[in-house]
Amino acid sequence: MQGLRLDRGMEALKGSYAGPVIVPGDSAGSKLIQMVAGALDGKVMPPTGQALTPDEIGLLRTWIDHGAEWPSSDGGAEGSDAPQPSHWAFRPVAISSAPAVRDSAWPSNPIDRFVLARLEREGVGPSPEASRPTLIRRLSLDLTGLPPTAREVEAFVEDSRPNAYQDLVDRLLESPHYAEKWARFWLDLARYADSDGFRGDNFRPHAWRYRHWVIQAFDRDMPFDQFTIEQIAGDILPNRTADQHVATGFHRNTPTNTEGGSDPEEWRFEQVVNRTNTVGTVWLALTVGCAQCHDHKYDSLTQAEYYRLFAFFNNLEEVDIDAPLPGERGPYLAALPAYQRQRRELLEEHEVFERKPPWEEKVLWAAAHPGESAEWDVTFDELRTYVNLGERIIRTPPERRSVRHEKALTDFFVREYGRVLSKGEYDRLGYSELSKSLAELDRSLPRFGEAQAVHPEERPRQTHVYLGGSYKAPGIPVDPGLPAWLPAASRSNGLTRIDLANWLVSPENPLTPRVAANRVWQELFGRGLVPSSENFGSQGDKPSHPELLDWLASQFVRQGWSWKRLIKTVVMSSTYRQSSHIRADLETRDPDNALLARQARLRLPAELIRDSSLAVSGLIDTRIGGRSVRPPQPEGARRMGSSDDGGWKVSEGPERYRRGMYIQYQRMAPYPLLSTFDMPDTYEPACRRGRSNTPLQALNLLNDPVFLEAAQALAARAVTEFEGDLGRRLRQLFRLCLARDPESSEMDSLQTSWESQRAILERHPDAVEQLFAVEIPGVDRLDGATWVTLGSAILNLDEFLTRE
Amino acid sequence: MNRFDRRRILARRRFLDNCSGGLGAAALAHLLGTEGRTAAVARDANPLAVKQPHFAPRARNAILIYQSGAPSQLDMFDPKPALAKWSGQSLPESLTKDLKLAFIKPNAKIMPSARTFRHYGRSGMEFSDWVPHLGGCADDICMIRTMHTEAFNHDPGALLLSTGVTQFGRPSFGSWVAYGLGSESRDLPGFVVLGSGKGPNAGSNIWSNGFLPSVYQGTRFRSVGDPILYVSNPGGINDELQRARLDTIRDLNEHRFQKTGDMEIAARIASYELAFRMQIAVPRLLDFSKEPRHVLDSYGIGEEPAHAYASNCLLARRMVEQGVRFVMLTNGDWDDHKELDKGHTKNCQIVDKPTAALVQDLKQRGLLDSTLVIWASEFGRTPMAQMDRQDEAPGRDHHPDCFSMWLAGGGIAGGRVVGRTDEIGLKPVEDKVHVHDLQATLLHCLGFDHEKLTYRHQGRDFRLTDVGGQVAEKLLA
Repeated sequence: MQGLRLDRGMEALKGSYAGPVIVPGDSAGSKLIQMVAGALDGKVMPPTGQALTPDEIGLLRTWIDHGAEWPSSDGGAEGSDAPQPSHWAFRPVAISSAPAVRDSAWPSNPIDRFVLARLEREGVGPSPEASRPTLIRRLSLDLTGLPPTAREVEAFVEDSRPNAYQDLVDRLLESPHYAEKWARFWLDLARYADSDGFRGDNFRPHAWRYRHWVIQAFDRDMPFDQFTIEQIAGDILPNRTADQHVATGFHRNTPTNTEGGSDPEEWRFEQVVNRTNTVGTVWLALTVGCAQCHDHKYDSLTQAEYYRLFAFFNNLEEVDIDAPLPGERGPYLAALPAYQRQRRELLEEHEVFERKPPWEEKVLWAAAHPGESAEWDVTFDELRTYVNLGERIIRTPPERRSVRHEKALTDFFVREYGRVLSKGEYDRLGYSELSKSLAELDRSLPRFGEAQAVHPEERPRQTHVYLGGSYKAPGIPVDPGLPAWLPAASRSNGLTRIDLANWLVSPENPLTPRVAANRVWQELFGRGLVPSSENFGSQGDKPSHPELLDWLASQFVRQGWSWKRLIKTVVMSSTYRQSSHIRADLETRDPDNALLARQARLRLPAELIRDSSLAVSGLIDTRIGGRSVRPPQPEGARRMGSSDDGGWKVSEGPERYRRGMYIQYQRMAPYPLLSTFDMPDTYEPACRRGRSNTPLQALNLLNDPVFLEAAQALAARAVTEFEGDLGRRLRQLFRLCLARDPESSEMDSLQTSWESQRAILERHPDAVEQLFAVEIPGVDRLDGATWVTLGSAILNLDEFLTRE
Repeated sequence: MNRFDRRRILARRRFLDNCSGGLGAAALAHLLGTEGRTAAVARDANPLAVKQPHFAPRARNAILIYQSGAPSQLDMFDPKPALAKWSGQSLPESLTKDLKLAFIKPNAKIMPSARTFRHYGRSGMEFSDWVPHLGGCADDICMIRTMHTEAFNHDPGALLLSTGVTQFGRPSFGSWVAYGLGSESRDLPGFVVLGSGKGPNAGSNIWSNGFLPSVYQGTRFRSVGDPILYVSNPGGINDELQRARLDTIRDLNEHRFQKTGDMEIAARIASYELAFRMQIAVPRLLDFSKEPRHVLDSYGIGEEPAHAYASNCLLARRMVEQGVRFVMLTNGDWDDHKELDKGHTKNCQIVDKPTAALVQDLKQRGLLDSTLVIWASEFGRTPMAQMDRQDEAPGRDHHPDCFSMWLAGGGIAGGRVVGRTDEIGLKPVEDKVHVHDLQATLLHCLGFDHEKLTYRHQGRDFRLTDVGGQVAEKLLA
């Protein structure tokens, strides 16, 4: 009996999540009596301790039959849900000024005073500032995800003006690549993918529009409150724009199971669970999902409260909306009449208009009479599984269906009709050819952009507490609402998703800004001030610098929820600018760098490893946004799952060299580089990426032709752009890839490597032939091939893969 | 020794000298790996170092054979002559009200098996004429006839079997074992996946590390192209050049390690060296030329349609010999909703002989005692027929409530049948074994208390058996 409390009057009378247990005036109909008498499922309540005596049960019966009146003095009133202000994360954001410090020269801004005050208490000094080359490489990778060019490095190293660093920060924040880098940060949380997941793993041709929206939002530095509201409730905002509707694609990133024979309601339910848990994790860093099946073990969330949150998302309908890109509308409209005419002719020719209405009747009949005809049962099941809203469409009278829906149903009819016809007749009608012709005709129509979005269901459904988390076991009904113990959560009725979104970013909610500020810190230091950035609940970590976290959170809100300003504040600090070298004095004392007495060396995420190689070799295509791309994959790599990735038609021309964030992400068979380097699996929000270090990564970077190709392009740059003697050229190679000059011992290694690799190549002209196939006047191909092998080694260095 | 080799050794010595105290000691141990001198320190640094389980294990290795798509237990392992009596009839409603069926309706008609069954071995365990070779292993096999699961769709079923829940995102069985026991192989990964046939249900998620560190992810050996992705040198790079590249990488990484003191660099050097050893070890592993003819023949190497699966079975044995902790074989697809006779005939031709050869080969080499062999699938198939079209031969639908799996080796009782099912194989009657119970039992054989092999993620301790599972003592020797 989950959710049942008998020590408080109000709650005892409300009953358990399965419904009331006390029916005043009717002891025979009261479950409570059956429970204590052992007449319910053969179990005697209470489960431990002594069972009630017959006399005691008699007393209970009498009390219920007399109306079950509870003494009014005891716990009868509302408000028994005690708020929980004692946990740090739920307390209001404290506005404190930065503390005083002894070393007043070190701090660049208040962040540093918070950090230094702690260091001084511990008797530890900060690390020196990182070298200029390290600083520009760190900043470029952190703010744009791309390494600096050799010229940018040189300019910064030589710029001795006091404002040089700030100017660099400003320039990078204004770079269009800033939006890409920080959009990717959000896409991890939004569990973005280009496919459904599960057995079909169908490609989602319109998913990229959401990604595009996120990039544009970061490019415009859209305030986080607005950013929140549009994604959570963009479809129901008054006078919403098409863009705001596209933002609700956030809710469409849930995995979808279209496996034949699955129960659509089960998977709809799973999606609502996914959406509820996602909002809990992304904005509140609370593991609300724990309360899907039972009251939260550690935090205050009850199961009923979980389903009140769930109720906000229980009436979403998935819808693909028209969202033409600039320039698409004209050509599409011009071609439409001819398209419609041809489609009509094809359908007429194949008797579709005569045959479809009786077929529809039979499908509806099968829906009402399951088990009477296997063929028709399967047809109905497939319709529900494979056609978005299929069941609803067929139940809508034809004259009231939208053009899009009618088309979807007709296409399905043509595909499925064979199931209920003899093979002979189906062949005579020529429906398999018709199916192909219709698809071909569709392809001939100029592109008209669509986007994945949601909108409210026409007929809202009542949400219940689902017992044991099962969609098949509805308990008591609940309405949308916020957990009462969250600060200033409204208790009024009739709440919508807009109210939820507004509350998330309301001044009374301390979680959202704290959680967001912590994520930015984590992105820039590799570890949050609260290391468990996904869990601010009682089982999560405590902040290492609580006042600093609150200062950042309040700054974030005060500066208009601007990501850019928050990021700038952090990277301007002396704390951020420290060297990342490990300090022997703190090795055992502070192995996790909680004190922030240095910066951190962080292995780059999967996409940026690709981007860096493509960037230094000059191959990279830096266009921003747009559709997903498909770089070449080794034969058979895709077959690891049963993934419908649209055939993985390899992108051509510069598209092959687009940044890693645009690589089509198939949930069942991700592009190998991505999963090998810890790209999250996108089933739920990923708050922290792994930074593993495995031999498979080594094989990937050493032997993947994509990386060898980058080395070849790098070699072409070496032989055409580099100048001077070998030593100078080796120096240029090193600088191009790592943004710094080699030390003398490293120079020795480079020289020795050059000689030994060249000596090997000299004995293997076939290898030279393959590695450096181009004829460039005045260039020795042996030299060229040596640049390839040496360059590829540099692209594999730990330092190249690491932001220091 | 050429000048370059000398140079490299000097560099390495210099590096190790510099590492000899304080900060560097762990790095040194890490680089030396299992070479032994400072194994205790190495354990702290190497996530794949050999670890001790909770108690003395019966098995040190496991081979999980995942037959993807649900083979029909009624036509292979669980004879039900009574089906003939009810042939063509619908079940009474009292029996079908709780059934979860994917495609057919509860009133679908009973279909008897067309197979004949025989008793095998001293134990007299029954197998159908589709799997006579497996019959030859009867006295080593523990047959569980009363498996049941919660999922009636493939992906959720495959996920429950391999990760303990029906949703994505949890670590797989093999990852838990690699996490708990580490790896005994110096030059191969600790958890390897071999596949034949169509890609398995739930794809790479069934060998995913989930939220465990990614070193515990299963490494997929592929049948097309490189056996391990990128294990071959790219065009133009011969072995000598590869070694030269690695020397450059190591040299320069060592410089940076000295400068920054970051252990990650030492770990990266070790990863690159292991990668290089894998490049040498993998082709050797795949080279069957030294296997005697009779061994190759016993597996059916070179015989179609079994060749690909047979090769994987032989590879599994060779990997276990080399210290690979956990081998997962996937094979399929068995999902015969129609034309079951045809589909299963072919699938049994593929799996019968090689699987039996694997068990016998392990036994002859004395490896079976310490190796768990598991034949598993996500669920079974219904006693009722599925017939979506009148002009097609029938199949059977998904059946999660009652199906068969078998185990052999590593602490398992051979020649034993566990669990009794009803007259038509619809429901278990005695000794039900849930998928979580099976997982708990397998972990037990490997030396783990399944409730204690946990990993903290998002504020909660997770385990393979989720919130269920009880060791099924009857399976144990």
